[in-house]
Parts: sequence; structure tokens; C-alpha cells
Amino acid sequence: MNRYPLWKYLIVVGSVLLGLLYTLPNFYGESPAVQISPARTADKADTLLLARVEDTLRENNVPVNGIFLEAVGIKVRFEDTDTQLKAKDILQSALGNKYVVALNLLSDSPQWLTDISALPMYLGLDLRGGVHFLLQVDMKGALSKSLDRYSADIRGSLREEKIRYKGLGREGSQIIVKFRNAELRTKASDEIKKNYDDLNLREQDIEDEFHLVVTLKKEALKRMKDSAVQQNITTLRNRVNELGVAEPIIQQAGADRVVVQLPGVQDTAKAKDILGRTATLELRMVDEEHDVSSALRGQGNFDSELYTERGGGPLLVKKQVMLTGDRINDAQPGFDNNNQPAVHINLDSNGSRIFKQLTRDNVGKRMAILLIEKNQKEVITAPVIREEIPGGRVQITGNMTTVEARDIALLLRAGALAAPMDIIEERTVGPSLGAENIDRGFNSTLFGFAAIAIFMTIYYLIFGFISVTALGVNLLLLIGLLSILQATLTLPGMAAIALTIGMAIDANVLINERIRDELRNGVTPQAAINVGYERAFGTILDANITTLIAGIALFAFGSGPVKGFAVVLCLGILTSMFSAVMVSRAIVNQLYGRRRKLEHVPIGQVWRPTSDKR
Amino acid sequence: MEFFRFKHDIPFMSWGKYTTTISLATFIVAVFFLITKGLNLGVDFTGGTVMEVGYTQSADLNRVRGTLAKIGMSDASVQNFGTSSDVLIRLPAKPEVSSAQLSEIVMSALRQDDNTVEMRRVEFVGPQVGEELVENGALALLVVSLGIIAYLAFRFEWKFGVAAIIANLHDVVIILGFFAFFQWEFSLTVLAAVLAILGYSVNESVVVFDRIRENFRKMRKASVAQVIDNAITRTMSRTIITHGCTQMAVCSMLFFGGEALHYFALALTIGILFGIYSAVLVASPIVMLLGVSREDLVKIEKKEKEAEALP
Repeated sequence: MNRYPLWKYLIVVGSVLLGLLYTLPNFYGESPAVQISPARTADKADTLLLARVEDTLRENNVPVNGIFLEAVGIKVRFEDTDTQLKAKDILQSALGNKYVVALNLLSDSPQWLTDISALPMYLGLDLRGGVHFLLQVDMKGALSKSLDRYSADIRGSLREEKIRYKGLGREGSQIIVKFRNAELRTKASDEIKKNYDDLNLREQDIEDEFHLVVTLKKEALKRMKDSAVQQNITTLRNRVNELGVAEPIIQQAGADRVVVQLPGVQDTAKAKDILGRTATLELRMVDEEHDVSSALRGQGNFDSELYTERGGGPLLVKKQVMLTGDRINDAQPGFDNNNQPAVHINLDSNGSRIFKQLTRDNVGKRMAILLIEKNQKEVITAPVIREEIPGGRVQITGNMTTVEARDIALLLRAGALAAPMDIIEERTVGPSLGAENIDRGFNSTLFGFAAIAIFMTIYYLIFGFISVTALGVNLLLLIGLLSILQATLTLPGMAAIALTIGMAIDANVLINERIRDELRNGVTPQAAINVGYERAFGTILDANITTLIAGIALFAFGSGPVKGFAVVLCLGILTSMFSAVMVSRAIVNQLYGRRRKLEHVPIGQVWRPTSDKR
Repeated sequence: MEFFRFKHDIPFMSWGKYTTTISLATFIVAVFFLITKGLNLGVDFTGGTVMEVGYTQSADLNRVRGTLAKIGMSDASVQNFGTSSDVLIRLPAKPEVSSAQLSEIVMSALRQDDNTVEMRRVEFVGPQVGEELVENGALALLVVSLGIIAYLAFRFEWKFGVAAIIANLHDVVIILGFFAFFQWEFSLTVLAAVLAILGYSVNESVVVFDRIRENFRKMRKASVAQVIDNAITRTMSRTIITHGCTQMAVCSMLFFGGEALHYFALALTIGILFGIYSAVLVASPIVMLLGVSREDLVKIEKKEKEAEALP
């Protein structure tokens, strides 16, 4: 009765082998590497780039331990960190900023393992060190930005059609256009309706003014929000590329949140600064019709705002935005003809056209270049337009240092955020703590396992040893499964491994106690083993399902580290059911199942009450 | 070796009066501390900033406090964390400072004072995230409870489900009571431990209930109390050994897991100890109190018999 059909043995042996195979990569260490990937997602790393990287390294006599072309980019493995750092600098200067050159760690597991996608477990930030940010997109900011854009467009349309209006401005979530009479308003309303599908129009008369209230349609609002998050993600990706991070994770979390994970980043201040900044440019005309001094006394006018030029005096700037930073293709720090730090900007084709027309129409007038950072607007420079500028090349000089020029260029190049973002959660773990956490988690599991193994073997003898073997298989399968799934392993996840070990033994204790129980009641050894396993299974199932319910709920409602705990807990329960019941039974059957006359079950002393039987 | 040698069934059910009193008393004490002292909620739930910094030598806490006071953060709490060279700094949420930059300001001030200082960990949680985590935590607790009741009601009978969940929520409240009394930090990981314990100690009740069901079938003439007593006595050995083993793993975490897993392991320890107690001396009396009878399990019994008939 204690025999398994061949297929069951095959399943057990097969799963153990599979577990071994996929656990294997975790035993190889990691070596320093450099990862080269194209800065733009559209570009792909190819053999051409591979050859270039190889040549560059050879020319500079940098010893290489291996070079691989993968989907994400090219990875080069080095002997030590010194060579790694040297290679990074060489590659970065040789390849320029079209490519991201990032430091990385590469598993030392042999290629054939990588080919069957046997990879080491994916370690969470608390184990490898790095930064985790949760950013909240400020939708109000996104809305006002988009309304500002509409204001500018409506203003342009009305001017083009020569429809006169008294005033135009944004108030909260609506734009209000004021007219002198109703006919003008109707004309304007028709014109706006014709050109802008996304806008709702409502007429409103206040005293003797005729207002047209413009709001965004519901579906347009939703589209705007979605695209704001998407654009921010794209922008963040560009900025992270500038930071040079090997395996960044940037993804949407919920309706208006973005998760950014940067493994291995040490300079968190820089990371935060670059991520959090919302720098963009605005090009506007200087208002030369109105008097600055009267504006300084508080007598402003509706069309312009008062600013102070960097390193200069106050000046009035028209509200109408001619060109924004969205049109920037590239921005590089450099120097102007007088050897002053400057930022060279390259506009896209649309931007070039607008800029060309703008400069042609306004020769002799001043334009203002505003840098907007964290809702602070500053006029960097307000040069006089001397001639029409074709080709979309703009050079910004002003009172700036080379460092400032470099930062501005970086921020402009990385693109503008569609809406401001706030960091609402941050978890940073230094690399030394990460390594310590791995040790701690590992030791917890190791010593827990050892203690249980010793106890079980003493208490249940051979059957205890079989239980421990099953427990070992459980650990193997769990780690193998985690490696296959590439689930993120966190410190709470490692705690869950240790806890699973402690809980998994429950099944074997149940079985062993049942067998003892049956023996105590005078059942023959073979029957006792059989009944013990059969009876215990129902209980094991019930007991594990309740824990599984807890694990699933934790996974559903938990965040970050708790999710890591839940994943390991759930997987651990599944593997433990398999190993405790099937694997240990297979071993028992192999050892004892064939013996016709099994006199004694080596499961430790079975004590029988001597006096009065129940 | 055999630890447990019971000649007779232990009359657990006749102790019902005392055990219920004890449970009720500990429960009330736990609730009392929860109300008067409250939980020392970690930064995960309250929002704010926690920083762990490491020095090469023993850290001078007063000097760290002084440095912080200089940059206007005298309300920061500074304490050792694990070893004498590691310092944990807690900064309350400040609406006027961009909280994301707070840690940078502190770090640069500390670095100016002593450049050997090393940033080990920063956790910043915005207030709205904290609120959500509290909400999700409560929701998870609710879902786990309902899920377990539903499963036990399906597998056994609703009385068992209710009894098990009361017994285990009693454990949860006691764990929380300990955390309130000692003002241990209640973090997200501790919450995970509490929920894991909820699932785990239900195991215990399940094992006992399983035996009760079996005994109802076997011991036709015995009274309900006798049936339950026998079930508990006969699973006693397994109960102690299993929990002992789990506790070994948890102890290993407590000793080798470092400060990060300390409270996690502590919560598990309390949960395991009270889990044994409540499964034996709380869940079963409640089942009796709810008036479980042989007839309750008759329907299930038939199905079981069919299953048994198979080899």
C-alpha cells in the first residue's frame, strides 16, 4: 500500500532537478559591469554599437571579462570595480550622450543558465540598495497648464479673426473671455466651437459685461489627465537616463501616481533634484507699450506681468506665450562668442517654424526667455531680436555659471513635465545596509533551518530526517520558483522564507504524530504509515488554506515590502504542501514501501499508556 | 523520544470558566492599554521621515541632537538603532519644508559635523500615503477574517468559523496590547506579521476542529465535552512541537535578523504563544458555547465516509 506509481516518482525527481537548476544561478556571485543602452527608446542596441564598444575598450587597453548584446543594451563585465569605473568614463566620453552608460552588477552564472532564463532572484531595493520614490502628479497643475495653453490659442484665434475682446483670463478651472457686446461674443463663440472640439462654452452676463465661460469637456479632461501622467513618465525616463541607472523601474501606480525605483543609486540628493525639478522654458515678448515704472507702482495691465531680469532691472513681459519648452529637441551647455557660459537649444521643426516667424515679425523688439522651475518664473535673459533666425537654433546667454548652464541644459533636454509632481513616499537604502540585510535574512533562514533539522532528527529519528529532507526540498523549490518568476525578494520576503520553513514543518509533524498515533493504537507499521499520511492530508490542506487566505489578502492590500512578504508566503505554502506530502511520502515509500514485513517504524519512541485503556 | 504522555484526556472543557476569565481579563487589559497608551505607529502610518545613519565609531547622540537643533529640528527624536554606532533619527512631518528634501538637509548638516557619517536608510512617507496604508491595513484584516470564517464555515460549520476567528482576533488584540504597553514601534512589517499570525494560528484551531469532527464520528457515546477534551489532548503533542519548530525559526530571526526584523519576530513570538493558548482554551470553549452538536456535522460526515471508502 505504500507504493507510488512511477509517474509520481518522476514528478518528484523532476521537480527537484528543476528546482536545483533554477536555484543554481543564485550561488554564483556577481561581478562589476557596465551597461550601455541607447538614451532614446526608439533606438536599439545593435552589433554596430557592440563593435564600437569593443573597439573603444581595446584602444584604451581596458581588460574585459565578457561582453554581451542583450535586448536592453550591451553589458560588459569587468574584473574589478576600478576597471569598471575607468571603462564607464571612457565609454561615456567616447559614445556621447546618445547612450546611457550605467554601472551595474552582472551575475557570474554561466551562459547556458542564462540561455534557459535561469537567473538569480531579483533583489528588492532594501537588499541591493537604491532609491524608491512614489510621486504624485499634481492634476490641478496639469489642468491650469493646459488651460493656459488654450488661453494662448484662443487669444491667437480671436486676433486672427479680428474679433475684439475686453479681456481674457483663467479663473480656477475655467477661462473667461469678456466682450463689449453680445454679437461679438456669438461670433467668438462660433469661432471657438469651430476650432476646438474639447471645449465647452457657456454664456454669462455680468452687469454690462458679456462673458464667455470656457471649460474643458469631461472626456477631454480625462484624456488630459492620462496624457499628463504618460508624459511625466516619459520625461522621468529621460531624466533617469541622464542619471545613468542600470535597471530603473518607472511605472504608473494608480490613476495619478508614478513609482520610480533606482537600484544602486548612491547620490540620492542628485536623483531627487533631477526627478523633482520641473524646468521648462517659455518664450514671450517684452511689453514695450506699457510703462514699467507705473507697473512697479502697482498699476499693472491685463496683458502683461512684471518680472526682474536675471542680473538686470525689472521689465514687463506679455502674458501670451509664444513658444514653450515642449518644442525643444536638444539642449547643450557651451559658450557664446564672448566666452560666456551659454545654453544652445535646438528646436524641433514646428518650433523652428514658429521661432522663425516670431523673429521675422519682431525684429528690433525684445523677447524674454523665462525659465520656470517649481512654479517659479524667472527671466533669464531678454535680448533684442536683431534679425530673422531660421533653423531653430537658439542660444541663451545671461548671467549664469557653467554649472548652471549644464543643469539648465540637462533639464531642458530631459523634457518638461506635463504637470508638477511631488514625492509622497521615499525609501532609500544605502548599499552597506542592503548587503547587511541579505546576510541577516540568510542567517535567519540558515539557523532556523538548522535548529529545526536537529530537533526533528532527534525527536523522530529516520522519519524526522525524511521530514528535514522534505523541508530542504521545500526551500530549494521555493528559491527556484522565486528565481523563475523573478519576483522581487525583499527583507520581509526573506523573513517569509524563514517563517515558511518554520510553518512548513507543521505538515510533517502532523503526519509523524498521526503515524505514532496509529502505532499506539496497535495498527501494523505499513498501515500506520499509510493512514498517517492519508488522514493528515485533509488537516494539512485546511490549515494551509487559511494561511493562504491571509497571504493573498496581504498581497492584495499590501504595498512594497509587505507585498514581497506576501508573495513568498503564498509560494512557500504551495511548495511546502507539495514537498511535505509528496516528497516525504516518496522517500518513505522508497525506503519502506517494498518491505513485506516491516516490524518497526523508525519514528522514535512510541509510548503506550500501560494502565487502563480508554 | 516522546514528550507527551497523557494517560487520560485532560478535562480542558471543565476549566472553561477559568480560562474564559483569564482570556477575558487579558483581552480587557490589552484593550485598556490600546486605548490609554495607543499604538506607537511607525512612519509608515503617521507619515514623516525616518533616517538611519551609521558612524565609524560610537555615535554621540547629544552631539547629533545639537547638530539637528542648529538647523531648527530640535523636535527630532534621536536614538541608537541596534548598535551604538548606528543612529535612528525621526523627523516629524513638516508642512512648510518640502519633506523630500528634509533628509538631504539633515544629511549635509551631519556630514559637516562629522564626515565619516554614512547614510544607511531614509524612509519618507507623505501623510496621505500613511492614511492609505492604515486604511489598507484595516481592510486586509477584515478580508482575512471574513475569508477564514467563510472557509471554515464551508469546510466545517459556521460555529467553528466564528469560534476560530474570535479566538484569533483575541490573539491579534493581545499582540497589539503588547505593542501598546511597551510602546514598540508598529510598522508595516509588524502588520504583516500580525496578519500572517492570524492565518497561522487558525491552523491550530483547524487541527483541533478536525479531530473534533473525527471524534464525533468515532466516539458515539461520549458527551460533547469529552469529545473536545479528547481531540485537544490527542493533538497536544503536535501542537507543542509544531509551534516549537516555528518558534525556533522565529527565534533565529529574532537573534540574527537584526533590528529591521526585530519587532516582526517579536510580534510572531507573542502570536505563536497566544496562538497555542487560544486554539486550545479559547476556540474550543466558544464552539461549545455556541452549542455545537453531533448533528451539525452529520451532512459533512456522509461525504467524508464516501471519501474514506476509497483506499
